[in-house]
Amino acid sequence: MPDIQNYTLNFGPQHPAAHGVLRMVLELDGEVVMRADPHIGLLHRATEKLAETKTWVQSVPYMDRLDYMSMMCNEHAYCMAIERMLGIEVPIRAQYIRVMYDEITRILNHLLWIGAHGLDVGAMTMVLYAFREREDLVDCYEAVSGARMHAAYYRPGGVYRDLPDSMPQYRESKWKSAAEVRKINEVRSGSLLDFLEDFVKRFPKILDEYETLLTDNRIWKQRLVNVGIVSPERAMQLGFTGPMLRGSGIAWDLRKKQPYEVYDRLDFDIPVGVTGDCYDRYLVRVEEMRQSNRIIQQCIDWLRVNPGPVITDNYKVASPPRANMKSNMEELIHHFKLCTEGMHVPEGQVYSAVEHPKGEFGIYAISDGANKPYRLKIRSPGYVHLSAMDELTRGHMIADVVTMVGTIDIVFGEIDR
Amino acid sequence: MVETLQQLLPGFLIPYFNALMQLGHNFFGALWPDILTVVWTVIKVMLIIAPLLLVVAYVTFWERKVIGWMQVRIGPNRVGPWGLIQPIADGLKLMLKEVVIPAGADKSVFLLAPVFAFAPALVAWAVIPFNDVLVVANVNASLLYVMGVTSIGVYGIMLAGWASNSKYAFLGGMRSAAQLISYEVAMGLALVVVLMVSNSLNLGDIVKSQGQGRFAEMGLSFLSWNWLSLLPMFGVYVVSCVAETNRAPFDMAEGESEIVGYHVEYSGMAFAVFQLAEYSAMLMCSTLISLLFLGGWLSPVRFLPDSIFWLFAKIAAFVFFFFWIRATFPRYRYDQIMRLGWKVFIPLCLVWLVIVGCWMMSPWNIWK
Repeated sequence: MPDIQNYTLNFGPQHPAAHGVLRMVLELDGEVVMRADPHIGLLHRATEKLAETKTWVQSVPYMDRLDYMSMMCNEHAYCMAIERMLGIEVPIRAQYIRVMYDEITRILNHLLWIGAHGLDVGAMTMVLYAFREREDLVDCYEAVSGARMHAAYYRPGGVYRDLPDSMPQYRESKWKSAAEVRKINEVRSGSLLDFLEDFVKRFPKILDEYETLLTDNRIWKQRLVNVGIVSPERAMQLGFTGPMLRGSGIAWDLRKKQPYEVYDRLDFDIPVGVTGDCYDRYLVRVEEMRQSNRIIQQCIDWLRVNPGPVITDNYKVASPPRANMKSNMEELIHHFKLCTEGMHVPEGQVYSAVEHPKGEFGIYAISDGANKPYRLKIRSPGYVHLSAMDELTRGHMIADVVTMVGTIDIVFGEIDR
Repeated sequence: MVETLQQLLPGFLIPYFNALMQLGHNFFGALWPDILTVVWTVIKVMLIIAPLLLVVAYVTFWERKVIGWMQVRIGPNRVGPWGLIQPIADGLKLMLKEVVIPAGADKSVFLLAPVFAFAPALVAWAVIPFNDVLVVANVNASLLYVMGVTSIGVYGIMLAGWASNSKYAFLGGMRSAAQLISYEVAMGLALVVVLMVSNSLNLGDIVKSQGQGRFAEMGLSFLSWNWLSLLPMFGVYVVSCVAETNRAPFDMAEGESEIVGYHVEYSGMAFAVFQLAEYSAMLMCSTLISLLFLGGWLSPVRFLPDSIFWLFAKIAAFVFFFFWIRATFPRYRYDQIMRLGWKVFIPLCLVWLVIVGCWMMSPWNIWK
């Protein structure tokens, strides 16, 4: 009798569930995966190297393009690294704004994740529901930075500018009648904070809606429960962070364990899983969205009553106010120096990490005192999680590979950098 | 046949019709009745297939609209008023596209597979009664015929997967074959129960037998239909139908996020034919559910007349049900589908078969 051999299947990069450009070589025994070998590099843009050729501020927009689903969180880690090296203090209002936008970003990311995960497992309605809510949140991005995705809103020393008093409005068009436009503009008539507060009030109900569709759904549970189990010890050995680690039952969250900005003043909980399977990670992420919602509400309340500067007054780091520049020699020189050669960061090295929606996102920067980083290293959570792909999928079926890709919450921008 | 037509035609046409018959008779002599039979059969076949294809085209449109509304989208609305010409545009586009045959594919089998998938879905309509008289072929064992013919459809899918020379398509074909064969068993057993209580294999008789019973005498005939007395079988049959037609949540043969499906290498009209097959199979299944368990063209209450309208309404309701679950449920995994089929449905059917058998032998038999 001839030997029956396993066969290999090329999964991706052109595959509907590849989440971009994931390529995996699967060794299959029938439908059972014997070995999964993820290949990366198809979205490599050399961000780390590019940063060495740009002034410190010029690299901020590159950070958006790392994990392009949680843009501002990437910026946050990068700006925080520079601030720590400079040893400057960020104004308290800017810290609140950053925290608020970090949490908006977390919801944005998790909404995309729940949609994509649903789509992978076959619940295609989820993705459209999630995008309906994402629409409101990217509007918040747009209101504050002008861009709906790649915001470049955080700057070393604070944020680009204060929250706007008005929201972008829909205009009447061939597709939207006057009555329709009036209806959707109603919540957009106030300031950004009003709009966001309206969203925060609506959002828990919307999450309940998602959960009625998925959480107790028999098929959803059959597909997720006891699939891709990672024990707490193994999760730590593999270097998991974020929901992947918390899904395994370890309450590790940088926002609690190493609080940055104003997280220590805010009231929120860290959900953890029990068994460490895909279903637990699903529950953890859904609960994280609820907690983020709570944080946003607290930030809104604080920001409403506490006006103040949103960027540092150290003109070696951030531009002086425009009005002063017109009348004051000193300020003009600062502006000129910042716009030509940029800021100089003192010699040294720093590692700064934030609790990114996907895990611990860290920036390790070395400065030799010039206006550019000497070396920049990005620690992306997705890269670490993807390396566990083989261990997660071994012994499962092809359909579970797709579930696993979903549960890891892969975005290739950060993995390939 | 000539007599039927003479009854059906309006009065002023009858002299012309008779003259035509006479002419044919003079010209062809003894062959004329045979020719007439052939022509009449072809006309009847066309009368079924042409509307069917049109309905199938618009079922795809309806699906996109319905699922669109469920998913806070609009659905197709660009081509024609409310997007109504969309299916025609799709059909045209697919017809004009090249059918790419992959290198290494078995060309003849590759091209034959869509035919194998589509033909049975059409052929089965031959024995479907639309009311007491409207049926192309009123054969005695029509239920057996439907079962036999529709199971050929799996060959199309399996061959498509195999002939494509692609691992993805091959996996899709294998999954589909395993799935269809498993659910055919459950379906068949559910049908055995139906034919036991109806005492006939003829679809028309099965419908008529549902119109009698205690509830029918009370005027509430919808409670006399098989769905209530055979409720577990009704459930098994409906779910098996979804599985048989490869629709979500049992669409792992297609599984667009996993293996993309048995027709991953197909393009143009060859691909379109698979889609037509899927949708006409879906209509076929909805029709069978309506006939076997929901009293076909019978009216649900006595004060409304029986009519073909009821049959269409029931079919439409089930087609909508198919869309609805597609928009709601995630996809089963391969082994889970097999488990459901073999470990739940088939034992359930067997047990229920015995129960109904005993029930029929007992003095409490309600199907006399």
